Order: sequence, then C-alpha cells, then structure tokens
Amino acid sequence: MSSPSDESGKKLGMWLFLYTEIILFGGLFVLYAVYFARYTSDFIEGGKELNRLFGVANTIILLISSFSVAASITAIQKKEKKRAMAGIVAALLCGLVFLVNKFFEWSHKIDLGIFPNSEKLLDGPPGQNIFFGLYFVITGLHGIHIILGMTLLFISLVYVQRNRTNHERFALLENSGLYWHLVDLIWIFIFPLFYLVI
Amino acid sequence: MKSLNTQHFFEYKILINVLLTLLALTGITVIASYIDLGKMNVWIALFIASIKGSFILFFFMHMKYEGRVLVLSFLGTVFFLGIMISFTFWDVGFR
Amino acid sequence: MEVVNSFFVTPSSSRLKGIWSWLLTTDHKRIGLMYLYSILFWFLLAVLLGGFIRLELMFPGETFISPEVYNSLFTLHGVIMIFLFIIPALPAVFGNFFLPIQIGTDDVFFPKLNLLSWYLYMAGGIIAVISLFSDGFPDTGWTFYVPFSISTNTNVSTAVFAAFVLGMASMLTGLNFITTIHRMRKKNMGWMQIPLFTWSLYATSWVQLLATPVVSITLLLVMIERYIGVGLFDPAKGGDPILYQHLFWMYSHPAVYIMILPGMGVISEIIPVFSRKSIFGYKAIVASSMAIAVAGSLVWAHHMYTSGMSDTAVFVFSLLTFVVAIPSAIKVFSWVATLYKGSIQMAPPLFLSLCFIYLFSVGGLTGLVLGAAGTDIYVHDTHFVVAHFHFTMFGGTGFAFFAALYYWWPKMFGRMYDFKKAYIGAILLTGGFMFHYVPMFILGLQGMPRRYFDYLPQYAKGNFFAGFGAAFMIIGIFLLVINLLLTLRKPMDASSDPWGGTTLEWQTPSPPPLHNFVKEPVVLDYPYDFTGVVKKYAKNTKGE
Repeated sequence: MSSPSDESGKKLGMWLFLYTEIILFGGLFVLYAVYFARYTSDFIEGGKELNRLFGVANTIILLISSFSVAASITAIQKKEKKRAMAGIVAALLCGLVFLVNKFFEWSHKIDLGIFPNSEKLLDGPPGQNIFFGLYFVITGLHGIHIILGMTLLFISLVYVQRNRTNHERFALLENSGLYWHLVDLIWIFIFPLFYLVI
Repeated sequence: MKSLNTQHFFEYKILINVLLTLLALTGITVIASYIDLGKMNVWIALFIASIKGSFILFFFMHMKYEGRVLVLSFLGTVFFLGIMISFTFWDVGFR
Repeated sequence: MEVVNSFFVTPSSSRLKGIWSWLLTTDHKRIGLMYLYSILFWFLLAVLLGGFIRLELMFPGETFISPEVYNSLFTLHGVIMIFLFIIPALPAVFGNFFLPIQIGTDDVFFPKLNLLSWYLYMAGGIIAVISLFSDGFPDTGWTFYVPFSISTNTNVSTAVFAAFVLGMASMLTGLNFITTIHRMRKKNMGWMQIPLFTWSLYATSWVQLLATPVVSITLLLVMIERYIGVGLFDPAKGGDPILYQHLFWMYSHPAVYIMILPGMGVISEIIPVFSRKSIFGYKAIVASSMAIAVAGSLVWAHHMYTSGMSDTAVFVFSLLTFVVAIPSAIKVFSWVATLYKGSIQMAPPLFLSLCFIYLFSVGGLTGLVLGAAGTDIYVHDTHFVVAHFHFTMFGGTGFAFFAALYYWWPKMFGRMYDFKKAYIGAILLTGGFMFHYVPMFILGLQGMPRRYFDYLPQYAKGNFFAGFGAAFMIIGIFLLVINLLLTLRKPMDASSDPWGGTTLEWQTPSPPPLHNFVKEPVVLDYPYDFTGVVKKYAKNTKGE
C-alpha cells in the first residue's frame, strides 16, 4: 500500500530518474568519444583555448556546493534545522556563482568569435568546430540542469523552513540533493574532457 | 524488502574529509594534465574523474548504505552507457 | 460478494465532480481508461492514413493524392503508430489498469506522476497535430534521418519536439512501474509469484527508462542543428551523419522491444487460462523477457548495414542479432507447449492469441533474413522490410492489443461482448492482414523500394492485392472495436471471473472498486495453478 512514509521508494524513483539523466548526457559523450578519436589534435588545440582557471574554479565551487547539500541532509536528520537551511543556501549561492562564471566564460568566447556556426569556426579546421560545438551543447545542457537543480533546492529550502521537511520526512530534500550531486558528477567528467585535454 | 525508512547519515567530519579528498584529486588531475603522455592523458583524467565520482556516489549520495537494487541498477546503467560508447567503435574504429 | 461501487462511480477524491473526476484523477484505472480512449483515437486515425497510402499505391501513377501529401502521409502514419500507439498501447492502457491489481495493491507508487505522464502524452499528440497545420507535416519518415531532416523546409522541429515530449511520458511511466513493482507488491508475493504480464512490464520499463533518453538527446540535437547549425552531423562542418543513425537506433531498436515485450506478456496470460493448464516454463519466460531487454540493446546497428559503416560493425551486429532470436523463440515454444494436452476452450482472446503466435513467428523469422547482412543488403529499404516489421509490430503487438482488449474488457467495463462478431472481425483482420502484407514480401524480394510514391508496371499486381487486403483488414479492425463499444449500451453483466483466470485481477468484482479489492486477494504459491479453477468448473457442470 502506498504510505507516505515509504521514503526508500521515493528515493528509488529518484535514482531511476537520475539514470535517465546519465543516459541523456551519455548520448553526447558518445559523440565526444567518436569525435575525440577522429580529431584528437584539434581537440587538444581547442582545449588550450578554454580558460583552465574558470574550469578549476567551477569544479571547486560545485564540489563545495555538493558538500553543503550533503551536510544539510545530515543536519536535517540531526534535527538541526538552522544548519540544514544554511547548507541549502550555501549550495544555492555556489550554483549562482557557477552560472555567473559560465556567463562570463561564454561571453568571452562569443566576443572572440567562437560560437556555434560562427565564421571563425567554419573557416577553421572542422575538428575545432566540432570541439566547440560539443562544448557549447554539453555545457549549455549542463547549465540548464544547474538551474533545474537550484529550483529543486529552493523548493526544499521553503519546505524545510515551513517544517514540512523534517527529520522524519526528508525525501524531498534528499532527492533534490541526489539531483544536485548528479549534476556535480556530470561536471566532474565534463571538466577534464574539455578543459584538460592535452 | 528493505525497511521503509533508512535513517543513515554521515557525520560532518566524514563529509569534510571527503570534500578535502575531492579537492586534492582535482589538484592531481590538473597537474597530471600538464604531463604529456599522448592519448594516455585522457584515460588518466577519466580514471581520476571516476574516483572522484565514486566518492560522491558513496558518501554524498549515500550509495554506501543502499541495498542491492540501487547498486545493481546503477551498475547496469553504467554498463549500458559503456555499451553505447564502445559498440559505436565497432563502426568508427574500423572504417 | 457484497455490492460495492465500482471505480466508475467513486472518484479518487470526493472533491472531484463530473469531468474533473476524470481529468484530475489519480486512480490508475481511470488514467488507464483515458489512455485507452486517446490511444484508440490515434490508432484508428493512423489506420485510416495507412489505408490512404495503400489506396494511392493500388494503381501506378498518381491516384488521388500528390507526392508531397504522400510523403507526409507515411511520416504521419509512422509517427502516430510508433510514438502514439504501439509504444504506449499496452503499458499505458493495460499496464496502468492491471499492474497494480496483479500485484495486489491499490495504485501505482507515484499516482500524480502517472497523471502527469498522461498529460505529457496528450501534449505530445497535440504538438504533433500543430506541426501538421504549420509549414506542412514533415516528409522525413518517422526516423528523421539527417541530413534531410535538417535541410527540409517542412516543420520537423515541432514534430521532433512532439516525439521528445512523448518520450518523457514513456520514461515516467517506466519509472513508475519499476518503483511500484519493487515497493508495493503484496507482502507475500515473491519475485517468482509475479504474473507474467507484470514481469514483461518490468522488463519493458527498464528499456523505456534506459533507452528513451538517447532518443531525447538525439531529437534535441536535431532541433539544435535546425535552429543554430552547430554541425555535429554535417560533414561540411566536420560532423558525421552516420552517428545520428547510431544514436537514433540506440533507442529505436530497444524501442521495438518496448513494443513487443508487453504483447508477449499478454499472450503469456491468455494461453494458460484458456488451456486450463499451467504455463509451460514460467521461469524460462521470465528469464527470456529480461534477456530480450538486455540483448535488445546490443544490436542497434543492424538497421544500418547499407549506411556506410565499417564491415567489422556489420559482422559484429549481424552476429549479435541472431542472439536476440533465441529468447523470443523460447517464448513461442513455451506458449505452444502450454497448449499441448491442455483442455482448450476457444474464445476470442485465445483466437487472437493464436493468430499472434503465427504472425509473430513469421515476422520473427523474416527478421532473421534482415538480420543476416548478406540477404539484408539485397532487400534493405524494400517492401520486404515494411512487411517484416508490420508482421511483428501489427501482427505481434497490434494483435496482442486486441487480444488484451478482448481478454480484459469484461473486467474493465463489467460487460461481456458478442463472440460471433468478435470471431468474424478477427477472421477478417487476420485474412486481410495476410492478403495485405504477404504481397509486400514478394514485392520486396522483386525489388520494390519502400516509401516510393510510384512504381514500375511489374509491381502493379502485388500492390493491387495489398490494397485489396487492406480494405478487409480495416473492416475487421473497425468491427472488432465497434463490437466492444456496442456493449457499453448494455447493463453490466460480467461476473468477476468470466474466463477462469488465476491471477489477482479475477478475485475482484468487474469493474473493480476504487481501491481494487473488496477482500484481501489470495496470492497463489504458483501464479498459474489451475487446480482450483478446474475444481470450480467441474462442480458447476455437475450442479446443472
């Protein structure tokens, strides 16, 4: 019988949803793998044009945000409401900084004439066009997921504040956390594939 | 069937240690990328990324406490992803 | 049994009145019926569109529609049949209705998500219709192959978006079913006591969950290419169009198992009931369902032998394709072995199931002709392929859909239908089907390509016969549907167990009450144990 207290079931549902997200990005990683094998040197050239500092900074930001979400789930189970809320707020701020960084990074690239279908890319070697094409598509899709994750975290924040999420019922917070960690997990793979190709 | 409520959590100290490990691994992967090993670089980067991913899975995502169903189905998903990528190379690797 | 109100009378929440008690319901049975009505609508529409295609092809040259309309027609026929009918047909209608009942619970795990899936399904259908009336419906075929889907001026983006939304609906249904089966089975129902239909849905759900996202991202990429032009599939910009086909078939091949697996589950339910005999090889059928789900995701590139991919890939995928045939064959043999020495009672559901076994076997065996690279290159993209997948999809899933309708209709609506009309409809359907598709096998072997508007004079006879058969088939389909709809005028007369089934849905009144069971259902140690049923029927005949 469906009882509202079956938190494990809700978690199972969330994990199943995460699998679909993994495969969604997986389709793009198939393209990355094939094109990397075909245009290795172009990918390396392209990778050098990306700013590593931005990449490293964003990785650190996401790792910290993941930590604070994990900490807030520990806090809610320990009945420390304030800490739980602080954790979510910290994660939200990190997400925001991530997006701001991404915005500057993208606009810098666009200023340089590097954007999908730009003349500079079309005139250059085809491999670099593909590299930056994948870069924009994958980081763009990832950015959308950051926004979705932040929305989920914000809803959880409201629920915690209203005590609708508490030490007995925290599936919503836990599931939003899972989603956020997945977004982080995907970034952990995006980061070396685009910023660190040598 | 498992119990309905799984009240498992990690102490803050463990979480902080995990975070520090993750940051250290980020440093290692950046340093490793400066050593030119040709195509091996990608494999090394992916290997470190997988270790980082496992830390997140096990600790932040509580996979350590989950039952067989989640572990197996997650491995199944990764397996399917592996098939997607590797089987495509039956084509593009032999053209 | 005491008189209880059925779910038709009791809304899922007492606040809901009138039409809202349907549109906002979280009752899996009402959602299942809403799927049934919408899916029947799309199915009959696409049947008519298919009829127009065959009518156009009956005579050489332009008969009554222009080539452009013809191209849109076969695309529309394919898109509706695949995304709006076959993929959701069995899981969304009968899965929703019977999965919770078969495992003895009162609803799916996420009832609201279930309703959301239905709305996504409807939204997808509506978006597809919108694309029809703006800039013309796509002329790409349901496969949306690049580069044509990126360069054509018709409204591919909207149609592709419709498929994307429908994919989401399908994914969420799968997610819901897996969670339901894991968390909500009756306490004393172990994995090896789950009815086979539910088992097949479990396997299907995994495929839905893990394969659909691939097509989601692929279709998104088509849209991105059309609007922005990144060039990921454009050779002039460094892309590779064959990769589109890889990604597309990574979903769409497993998708054919999304279509057929629940159909096989339905047949596995019907055959033992009407043979009064335990299903042969319960565990083998379960294992083969799971094996099909796994093996089905390893063989996608057998759709691409002539695309220009490497010979190694052709060899590997051809080899793997033959592996998939094994679990399907296990099922067919198990069904036939169940019938052997059974006490067979003929009824329309069994009749349709027997047609299923025959037609599906023909479809499966001709699949091996296509799976072998040598013969496939000869018949690739001919009418042979068209005939093959209609034998499996229509002769398989389509017949299973009708078999399921006729098997569970008394349970869903509480009314028994007329057997005579059902038999006539089924015979017209099967006979028309053979007349319709067998000529296509021959046309294909003679070299007539698929999707062509016109043909050489030597193909005229075959096309004429096919169109002739199509007419009978369509009459049969409509007769089968109308026969069921006619029952709605009668009062409810069906007993709780008209066939003598053993699974849990036959332990509740027809139609079931809101929470599915009046008294706690009894889970049999073995789900297809007919000793009780046989005793009951023996007593009844003695008493009369």
